[in-house]
Amino acid sequence: MTTAIKVENISKQFRLGTKVEKEDSLVRALFSTIKAPLQNYRRYKSLYSFRDNDLSPDILWALKDVSFDVNRGEVVGIIGHNGAGKSTLLKILSRITPPSSGSIRIVGRVSSLLEVGTGFHPELTGRENVYLNGTILGMRKKEVDNKFSEIVEFSGVEKFLDTPVKRYSSGMRVRLAFAVAAHLEPEIMIVDEVLAVGDAAFQKKCLDKMQDVGSQGSTVLFVSHSMPAITRMCERVIMLKAGSVFMDATAHDVVSAYLQGERDNTAERIFTDTDAPGDTEVKLHAVRILTDDHRVTEAIDIRRALAIEVEYEVLQPGWVLMPTFALWNGEGVNVCVAVDQDLTWRKVPRPPGRYTSRGWIPGNLLSEGMFTVNVTMWTLEPVRKMQYHVTDVVAFQVVDTLEGDSSRGDWKGDLPGVIRPKLIWETGSNIK
Amino acid sequence: MTEGNASIPIVTIKPDSGWQVINVAELWSYRDLFVFLIWRDIKVLYAQTVLGFMWAILNPFFQIVVFSVIFGRIAKIETDGIPYVLFSTVAIVPWTYMSTSMIAASQSLVSGQSMLGKVYFPRLIFPLTPPLAKFVDFVIAMVLVFGVMVYYKVTPTANIVYLPVFVILMILVPIGVGMWLSSLAIRFRDVKFAMPFFLNLLIYSAPILYTASAIPHEYRMLYSFNPIVAVIEGYRGMLLGTEMNWSYIWPGMVSAIVIFVTGAFYFRKMERIVVDVI
Repeated sequence: MTTAIKVENISKQFRLGTKVEKEDSLVRALFSTIKAPLQNYRRYKSLYSFRDNDLSPDILWALKDVSFDVNRGEVVGIIGHNGAGKSTLLKILSRITPPSSGSIRIVGRVSSLLEVGTGFHPELTGRENVYLNGTILGMRKKEVDNKFSEIVEFSGVEKFLDTPVKRYSSGMRVRLAFAVAAHLEPEIMIVDEVLAVGDAAFQKKCLDKMQDVGSQGSTVLFVSHSMPAITRMCERVIMLKAGSVFMDATAHDVVSAYLQGERDNTAERIFTDTDAPGDTEVKLHAVRILTDDHRVTEAIDIRRALAIEVEYEVLQPGWVLMPTFALWNGEGVNVCVAVDQDLTWRKVPRPPGRYTSRGWIPGNLLSEGMFTVNVTMWTLEPVRKMQYHVTDVVAFQVVDTLEGDSSRGDWKGDLPGVIRPKLIWETGSNIK
Repeated sequence: MTEGNASIPIVTIKPDSGWQVINVAELWSYRDLFVFLIWRDIKVLYAQTVLGFMWAILNPFFQIVVFSVIFGRIAKIETDGIPYVLFSTVAIVPWTYMSTSMIAASQSLVSGQSMLGKVYFPRLIFPLTPPLAKFVDFVIAMVLVFGVMVYYKVTPTANIVYLPVFVILMILVPIGVGMWLSSLAIRFRDVKFAMPFFLNLLIYSAPILYTASAIPHEYRMLYSFNPIVAVIEGYRGMLLGTEMNWSYIWPGMVSAIVIFVTGAFYFRKMERIVVDVI
C-alpha cells in the first residue's frame, strides 16, 4: 500500500487576540484612548508572532504533535468533541492555514469540502455558479464541461439553471453546491459534516456518493459528529482529544470508546434551588439518561435498555403526583408519552421529600438517531394542576451497530422508520 | 510547494518559512479559476442596474464635467494651450481605472474572507482580480476619450506605439499597491478608512488636474517618482502630442516595478497566515 497522506508532528497554535486591560475611571479611559492606537498596533501586529517558551494565556494550542499516515484508498473518520482540533487539522490538510510546526506530505490532488457552496454568487445563474464553484474547488473548465450534465442531473435543478441563484430556495442551492462537489474526482477528499445539509433523501444520496468515491480507490478523510455515519463509512477512525491523537484504530473500537467517554451534559440536567422548575407543591431537581448499568450517558447502544430518570421534591403533603415524560425524535416527531405507573404511589398522596422516578425503555425499540425529552409533572388530587413542564431537558443518541444482532441484521445501508423493534422471525420452507 | 509530475501532484505542507517568490507555475495551474473570477466581477458589478455598463462612462464623465467647470472655467488653470476638457479627460479616465482598482484590490482579501477560510487556491488571485476586471470599464470609458478627441479634432501622435507600455504600467500600479494594502488590511482595517484620503492625496500629487510643467524644475525629478505621474504623462504624450519627456517617465516606471516586486514579496509572506489573523 502506498501512503497518500503522511502527517508528522503537526502542531498549531493560535493567539486568541483578547484584550487584556480594562479601564476603571474616566480619566484612565480617556488616557488609554489616546494610547490605544499604539497598543492596538502592537496587538494586531503580534497576532501571528510566537516566541519560544511563550506562556502567555493568550495562546491556544489547537493541535499538539499530531502524527498519522493514511494509505491510498482508505476511508478514515475523524471524531472528537468540539474544540478537539478536528477542523484545524482539516484546514491544515487542505492548505487553508499553515501548521506552526511539523510537516505533511500529500500525494495526489486534494479536494476539501469544508463547506459546500463556497464562492456561490447570488447574482450569477445556476449554470454560471457550477463553473465558478467547480474551478474554485480545483477543477479545470474542461472537467466541468465534461461533468456538467451529470452535475445538473444529480442536483435536480435542471429547470432553474439560467435563474440567478438568489432566487433559489436554500435547499436547491445546497443541492446544486453538493452536486458540484460530489463530481470532483480528487485522489484525496476531505469532508467536514456535509451531511448536515439537505433533507433526508438528499443526505442519503450524498452518503451513497461518498461511499462510491471511497470504493473507487480515492482516499477520504471524513469528519462528523454522527456516529452512525462514521461507522457506516469508515474502516478506521482517529479520535482527537484536546489537540492530540487520542486513539487510532478500527471504527468499531474508536466509536465505542468515544461513546463510553461520552459524558456530555446533554444527558444530565441538574437544577439549582433557584432555577428549579415548579411551584410551591413540587419542584424538579434533575433529569438524566441512564444506561442499563446506571451510567449517565448521551449515547445508547440500540440493543440495550435505557432509563429516563426524573428527580423531584414534594414540598407539601397531600398531593397525588403523576410524573410523565415525552420523547421526540430528530425529525420533530413525538415518538411517545409515558406516565409513571409504579403501583407504590399510584393514587396515593405523598409525604414531602425527595423522589426519583425511572422509566425504562427496552433495547431494540427506538430507531437510530437523536432524541430529546420533555418532562411534565401533573397533580391529580386535591386539584388537577400542571406543576412543571420542561421541554428539551435532556437529549440522547441511539446508535445502531453493524454486528448483525440488531433489527437491521446484515443490512448496512440507511434504514428509515420511527421505531426499530427487533421482531421475532420465523423463516422456513414449511412453517406452521 | 508543488513538485512531482502533473498526473500525481505531491504537496508538502510546512510552517511558514519567511520570504518566498511568487509561484508562477501554481498560479498558471489555477488560470481557469482566475478567468472565472475576473468574469464574475465583470458580470456582477452592474447586476440589477438600469444603466449597466453605461456607468463605466458616466462616472468619469461627471467627474470631467465638475473638474472642467471648477479648474477650467473658474480657476482657469494653465494647460499649455490644450482645451481643459480634452486635457482632463485623457487623464481622468486612466485615473478612474487606477483609483477604483486600488480600492477594490486593497479590500480584496477582507471581502473574500468567507472564501479564504474554506478552500485553498493561490491567494494572489484576490488582489489580481479587481485590476483586471476593471480593465473592461477602462476600455469602455476610452470611448469618452476618443469622443472628446474627435470633437476637438485631435489625432493621436506616433507615440501611440507606446500604448502597451503605458497600459501595462497603468495595470501594474494598482496590482502593486493592491498587494501591499490588501495584506496590510487583513491585520489593520485602518486601510479601508485611510483609502479615501490616500486617493485624494494621489489625485493632487499627479498632473491630473494641472500640468506637470507647473512643478518647479528642481522638484520635478522627485515628483516623477510617483508612478501615476508617468501614466498620466504617457497618455497625454500619446494622445495629445504633449512632450513625451522620458526622463520624467522612467522614475515612475522604476517605482511602479519596485512597488510591484516588494508588494509581491510582502503578499507572499502574509498570504499563508491570512486565515489566522483576518
